[in-house]
Amino acid sequence: MGLIEKFLHTLAAPAWGVHPNDHKRPAADAPLRILPLPKRLYIPLQQHVGQPGRPIVMVGKKVLQGQLIAEPQGKISAPIHASTSGTIVAIGEITAPHPSGLPFTAISLEPDGEERAVALHIPDDPFSLDPEELTRLVAAAGVVGLGGATFPSAVKLALGKRSAITTLIVNGGECEPYLSCDDRVMRDFAAAVIDGVRIMMHSMGAREALVGIEDNKPEAIAAMRRAAAPFAEIKLRPVPARYPMGSDRQLIQTLTGKEVPSDCRAADVGVIVNNVSTANAVHRAIRLGEPLIKRIVTINGGAVWQPGNILAPIGTLATDLLAFAGLKSEPARLLMGGPMMGAVLPHANVPIVKGTAGILAFNEDEIVTHPEGACIRCGNCTRACPIGLLPLEMAANIRAGNLGDAEGMGLSDCITCGCCAYICPSHIPLVQYFTHAKGELSAQSRTRLRNEATKRLAAERSERLERETKEKAIAAAKRKAERAAQKAAEAAAAATETAAEKTASSTTEASA
Amino acid sequence: MNTTQLFAPPPTAPHTQSGNSVSRLMLTVVAALLPATLYGFWLYGWPSIFLWLITILFALLGEALCLKLINRQAIPTLLDGSALLTGWLLAISLPPWSPWWVGAVGGLFATMLAKQVFGGLGYNLFNPAMVARVFLLISFPVQMTIWIAPLPITAAAAPGFHEGLLIALNGIPKLDAVSSATLLGFAKTEYSRGIDLMHSLAAASAPANSLLGARAGSLGETAAWLIGAGGLMLLFMRVITWHIPVAMLAGLALPAAIAHSINPAHYLDVSSHLLSGGAMLGAFFIATDYVTSPNTKIGQLIFGAGCGFITYVIRTWGGYPEGVAFAVLLMNAMTPVIDRYIRPRILGRNWRGAPLDPATQKALS
Repeated sequence: MGLIEKFLHTLAAPAWGVHPNDHKRPAADAPLRILPLPKRLYIPLQQHVGQPGRPIVMVGKKVLQGQLIAEPQGKISAPIHASTSGTIVAIGEITAPHPSGLPFTAISLEPDGEERAVALHIPDDPFSLDPEELTRLVAAAGVVGLGGATFPSAVKLALGKRSAITTLIVNGGECEPYLSCDDRVMRDFAAAVIDGVRIMMHSMGAREALVGIEDNKPEAIAAMRRAAAPFAEIKLRPVPARYPMGSDRQLIQTLTGKEVPSDCRAADVGVIVNNVSTANAVHRAIRLGEPLIKRIVTINGGAVWQPGNILAPIGTLATDLLAFAGLKSEPARLLMGGPMMGAVLPHANVPIVKGTAGILAFNEDEIVTHPEGACIRCGNCTRACPIGLLPLEMAANIRAGNLGDAEGMGLSDCITCGCCAYICPSHIPLVQYFTHAKGELSAQSRTRLRNEATKRLAAERSERLERETKEKAIAAAKRKAERAAQKAAEAAAAATETAAEKTASSTTEASA
Repeated sequence: MNTTQLFAPPPTAPHTQSGNSVSRLMLTVVAALLPATLYGFWLYGWPSIFLWLITILFALLGEALCLKLINRQAIPTLLDGSALLTGWLLAISLPPWSPWWVGAVGGLFATMLAKQVFGGLGYNLFNPAMVARVFLLISFPVQMTIWIAPLPITAAAAPGFHEGLLIALNGIPKLDAVSSATLLGFAKTEYSRGIDLMHSLAAASAPANSLLGARAGSLGETAAWLIGAGGLMLLFMRVITWHIPVAMLAGLALPAAIAHSINPAHYLDVSSHLLSGGAMLGAFFIATDYVTSPNTKIGQLIFGAGCGFITYVIRTWGGYPEGVAFAVLLMNAMTPVIDRYIRPRILGRNWRGAPLDPATQKALS
């Protein structure tokens, strides 16, 4: 970038955020490669926000590609399909793609290599279908938000329909450094993405769609512009490359000027955000009848021999992908997702899930290990924060144990984007402070709720006991009174009887 | 299995960082000060170089001593450049031919009592260099107000290396021959003698108000244009933002302009105020100190305006001819209050912190 361009870029960029070196090329320019079928796939039951899927296949069963193997449970959930045809060999625990390395349940599938797909119903013209019917088809295909949030797409579409949204924002920001899977989708499948956007607009009743793409992806912008040209309601909006432009609130603000109120969803201001890869998945689900069983994953990082994007079935182990791309050196750190918000992988024997945008293998030079220094109050974090928080003050409060004060400063609004920790000259792990405090606060509120519930139950119990004693006493008194009354009545009756007898006898006597 | 790996928490996001660091920031500020400092050396000769060296050495020594007392490694902290910057700022705010012990006591005071006692870098309430300068001014008023007429190092009458060393160690031999008055000091003294500014400034003996810095004053602060250029460099490199410097200069210039237009015989004009004393140095390098200034834009505007205004008040009606150091310290004391009440607006919330109304946002388009 030339000096003048750099200066113009500085002028156009929003005041928030950071501009890290994006490291997207050469991986983004390498043509898309297709991974040969791995020996075994591990398809997790929890790949989305909400309830995990419930397996409906038995070990030993032969399944076809795209066949339902786990059905959704509860309102917010998504079905899971077989990524290819083969045999179910196990249903058991495997390491989750999470720094903890804790296990979670996955269905192991041994591919037979034939890739026989189930025959699926494909509607002739999706635009003549009822929006509800389209939403149902998207739900059945197990499509979830592929930008990383993995929120079930059908739930979002239904929400859009309910809240009478006007604008669908298509997120092609991909602001995380190193990642380029969305870039690749837009370059290679622009027409499919635009078709997916139109289907989503139809099922939500949106009048217009704004496609926001960061201006560091000129090829994607050109391809998408060509594909969107016939449709006046789909507008392409290049946005300045600035992290975290791909965060929904920031993109909404940049494209529409609207601010999502902090206690509301985007739908409440008439906007829904969906990722370009999600649009592509919706297109494949509706037009090709193909459920979400594969995705494009970026393999990048200094330890990778041939960085690039690879189309891989869901459930592929990170080792298989890394072996395919080749490793130059033993990775010093493995990440799932981008370097700003991604999670460390405990090892490479972890499956990719629907929300996996990339696997990064960093070498020694790429990982930073600066010791934490004292805060010099430079205010860089305050300027970088896209939410307008005061990270330095919140961290100081958390450090001092004043979690309540940190909460009062807007801790709950923090999106843990990592801008503050990225920019900090003292290398303070600010995000770690905030994540810790959020966890601590939610634990506290859970404890509080539990205590309140216990207290309420105890109070109710003592009240009940008191009431019961009182009722018993009343009943006893009543019984006593009754008995007394009965006795009195008996006595009275006996008296009357005797009197009557007496009268009778006297009468008898008299009559006698 | 090695135990460090067992107990170390997994590294968390972000996994990348900007190349910024505290020492880089401090050294950038030092680099921005370098031109003005070198120019000051040229104007005031060898005695000023020795004073500068001694002040910085003792500032570093004070920091090292304190770290030693609390059993911490001195070298990493010294390398962060903050003590160097503190010593440097103090040195260039001193009268250029001050005796060596003024610099030594000031340097020690700055890093020990004004900084390390509070807990070190990031914890001090007041700007260490300014605390030390005010301490010196109050304790040694004579030494701290001996100003030297500029005598370029190349001039024949200028003290050489050896002579300069003697001046720094033993004091100035023929004071009357070299001393001069600062513009602010001169105006104040003359006015108190009953001579108004129209006459006093027109006199031949009046000190010049020079943009080039060829006037009496502190070691590094007379070359207002070089200080300003250094400040612009910091702005361009995004080490500082414009809020504090602009607000401070405006806070000084506005009352000066109003008062001067009402009574030019009593009140100095705007350019004299802006180019004299430590106004430029204060606006770009002293008031912008991260640790002791507010961390929101609006807070910084208030802080800067306060520094400028208090400077003007002290210069015009106070007992001292110059007031930048006092003004900055007074506003330093206000910083926690400003930070408590001035908070940025959180996205999706109003200024009071309540969530925005979705209906009005929905209506926007």
